[in-house]
Amino acid sequence: MDPPGMRRVGSPLGRWLVRAPPLLWLGLFFLVPFVITLKISFSLPATAQPPYRPVLDWSDGIAGWRAFFEGLELTNYAMLAADSLYWKATLSSLAYAAGATAILVLIGTPMALAMARASVRIQPLLVALVVVPFWTSFLIRVYAWIAILKPEGLLNAALLKLGVVAQPLTILDTPLAVMIGLTYAYLPFVVLPLYAVMSRLDTTLPEAAADLGASRARIFRTVTLPLAMPGLVAGALLCFIPMVGEFIIPDLLGGSETLMLGRMLWIEFFSNRDWPIASAVAVLLLILIVVPVVLFRGAEERREEALR
Amino acid sequence: MTPFNRAALTLGLSFLYAPIVVLIVYSFNDSRLVTVWGGFSTRWYGVLFADAPLLASALVSLEVATLSAAIAAALGTLAALALDRHGRFSGRGAFTGLLYAPMVMPEVITGLSLLLLFVGLDVERGVSTIVIAHATFGTGFVAVVVGARLKGLDRSLEDAAADLGAGPLRVFCSVTLPLIAPALAAGFLLAFTLSLDDLVIASFVSGPGATTLPMRLYSQVRLGVNPEINAASTLLIAAVSLVVLGASWLSARRGVGAAV
Amino acid sequence: MPAPAPDHPEPLLRLDRVTKSFGAHRAVDAVSLDLAPGEFLCLLGPSGCGKSTLLRLLAGFETPDAGTIRLGGEDLTGLPPHRRPVNMMFQSYALFPHMSVAQNLAYGLQGLGHSRSAIAERVQGLLRLVKLEGFGARRPDKLSGGQRQRVALARALAREPQLLLLDEPLGALDRALREETQGELRALQRRLGTGFVVVTHDPEEAMALADRIGVMDRGRLVQVGPARDLYERPASRFVAGLLGDVNLIAGFLESAVGAMRSVRTELGPIRAVASEALSGAELGDPVVVAVRPERMRFGAGDNALAGTLVDAAYLGDRMRRQVRMADGTVLRASASLPEEAAGPAVGDSISPGFAPEDGWILPA
Repeated sequence: MDPPGMRRVGSPLGRWLVRAPPLLWLGLFFLVPFVITLKISFSLPATAQPPYRPVLDWSDGIAGWRAFFEGLELTNYAMLAADSLYWKATLSSLAYAAGATAILVLIGTPMALAMARASVRIQPLLVALVVVPFWTSFLIRVYAWIAILKPEGLLNAALLKLGVVAQPLTILDTPLAVMIGLTYAYLPFVVLPLYAVMSRLDTTLPEAAADLGASRARIFRTVTLPLAMPGLVAGALLCFIPMVGEFIIPDLLGGSETLMLGRMLWIEFFSNRDWPIASAVAVLLLILIVVPVVLFRGAEERREEALR
Repeated sequence: MTPFNRAALTLGLSFLYAPIVVLIVYSFNDSRLVTVWGGFSTRWYGVLFADAPLLASALVSLEVATLSAAIAAALGTLAALALDRHGRFSGRGAFTGLLYAPMVMPEVITGLSLLLLFVGLDVERGVSTIVIAHATFGTGFVAVVVGARLKGLDRSLEDAAADLGAGPLRVFCSVTLPLIAPALAAGFLLAFTLSLDDLVIASFVSGPGATTLPMRLYSQVRLGVNPEINAASTLLIAAVSLVVLGASWLSARRGVGAAV
Repeated sequence: MPAPAPDHPEPLLRLDRVTKSFGAHRAVDAVSLDLAPGEFLCLLGPSGCGKSTLLRLLAGFETPDAGTIRLGGEDLTGLPPHRRPVNMMFQSYALFPHMSVAQNLAYGLQGLGHSRSAIAERVQGLLRLVKLEGFGARRPDKLSGGQRQRVALARALAREPQLLLLDEPLGALDRALREETQGELRALQRRLGTGFVVVTHDPEEAMALADRIGVMDRGRLVQVGPARDLYERPASRFVAGLLGDVNLIAGFLESAVGAMRSVRTELGPIRAVASEALSGAELGDPVVVAVRPERMRFGAGDNALAGTLVDAAYLGDRMRRQVRMADGTVLRASASLPEEAAGPAVGDSISPGFAPEDGWILPA
């Protein structure tokens, strides 16, 4: 009976009063900073405060802006392009994020499916069990792995005791440790959206497929998976994006050899105090994550169009 | 549940909890070494509570988390109202993007660009700049949680209030707000926890004298495994578990959507 | 709608060519309607016909694109819901779940300058009115469906509106309770003298409740009148079908003998009464003859047709028979029980017919 289309409420002024505070806040503290970062990525480092040139002088008006734009340099990007370290860091960031996302989907899908099939009474408990680590400090959860993975850590102690290995394995400060850390830290981010989709699936659909003679594997492949796909893609993207720019995990578990852009940015900023290069890395990182988001949004919109 | 389902769940949850259990167990280890069990002891909790700089940073974190979550709750609720109530206004797509982008943006980018803004505006950095930074990414999370509740809200309740003579403000305060209160509380808690948890953004935008708990922990963690950190972690995990279990018990009892 | 005569009492409510579109969809299309003080009107129509939108326009939740809404001579058109002397009972009841029954009832009374004790007294009065004394402290979710319905009604009456709007007020009740509540609702309306506008999709409910029924179809108000007029003298096939089962026999207008006209059909010539909608029709125009199943008779007489009984069902209070005619159409006949003689058996050739004054000729 509801009229078609979305209902609008309130007067134009009232609507504006509701919309303006978040819009202004996010514009000032999220959008404007990006523009500034972009500009500084075209500046040169300097031993001054702030440590870059040219500095945009807000009080000079148009002349200030002109001087600023004339002083812009592509040097930072040329440096990034010439330095094989950044190429390697870019590729390995993408590789780590993509690899960990694939593993997460492989682990997370059966978990979410099992949660959705559990009896309705224990489902809230299972959700809470996945949520508690999600709410627990990221730093602490990553830190916990140091004690397990280090050469004299718990894993090696156990393996030695069982006689599986003769010498302690070197896991900490290797790519393997980074993968373990990424998988571990982001598992709830994949399981929760997947569970949300799967618990809402019409349970009579797999039953209908079974009734029509489909095996368990075929039901999963032809019914459950296609219906869960939107949740799967959303969950995967929700992990992939922050993982590309991850800092804490490579820093604590990956050792100094691990090249990931988030950590490079941190080092350029805090250790080398090269703000323009750090800004250029931020811009590069942003481009890397904008691409999958745009692709996903496009796919979503096409799907919604198709459903309409 | 098939045996396969059961195995997947058991293995998955073990993976999630093994490191946490290790942390908790070894926080009660008398020995300083990870692999050596030196007997049960609470001495690291004593050391923890004597660590004045750590406690001071915990207070800074609590202050930052409370203030930023309050701002995020207000802004996020307004944003959720706009998205739920304003139909297809012009700029809706950009508004949505602006709201949700901070949630997935790598923290190094958010942190660096906010710092550059604060330097550019010549703002003195400290607690207030961390609060601003945390409120910025908390807003999206509150908007998601409150938005889900608004979507499930029977709109005829607000119509009924207006029909009974209530102006827009009274409708909001007497009907909308009490009904979204559980979601608002959940959103506040989420923003609070995320603020309490953040290391990267805070490291960029903080100034001298404003060291948050994660910043303090990080500087110690970099030096290796430390039983005092285990004790601090155990307390944090206990607090979070209590809040999550309490929230899910409350929501189950009152039949108001999930806490997250 | 003609202008009212000067000696006519001012209508309580007057809609003048009210129109509302959502995008390209005309939800309410140039609806004009008068409601007398104390009148009980039902808006009837299938889902999506615009009746709920019309109700929301009256309540002020929607603003018309064109046309005016006047209540007691005052223009309401631009007024927001909270400034209108009109109240609404919602289909979902919309009882505030976080307030007690008494708080729900008091909600509309607050902010009007009444004292606390005056409000409490009025709430008690409302509880008495709907026979819910002692339920004031309960939460809505601790009430039965029927009790909730009565709280919603009482809450909408709290401000003593001049006009009460009810959106499917009995839709959520089970059948037995609904019939009982229909009677109570009518009695209450007569006692209060408030104008009621009820939206419903249930023709039986509309006929049981209303002084007049307004039938809506695709945004337009197609016919307004007492239940008997609409049932026996519908203005169109749509109205005829909406209010109950009807046999429609297609044919062409033949001759005119007074008000009675003759229609040439595949089943033979039929004599019946022409509706006003045919006043401009010419001979040879396609028409349908509408006959209610309970008006069908068997045996020789007027309009006797030939067919075969294909189904006879015993429905307790009546027999329902289906007769297949020579051209394949099926006519339905219902006869109230007990019948005096044993009826024909399935497979028998029988001769259904009806009195000419029971047939009603409508445009095809």
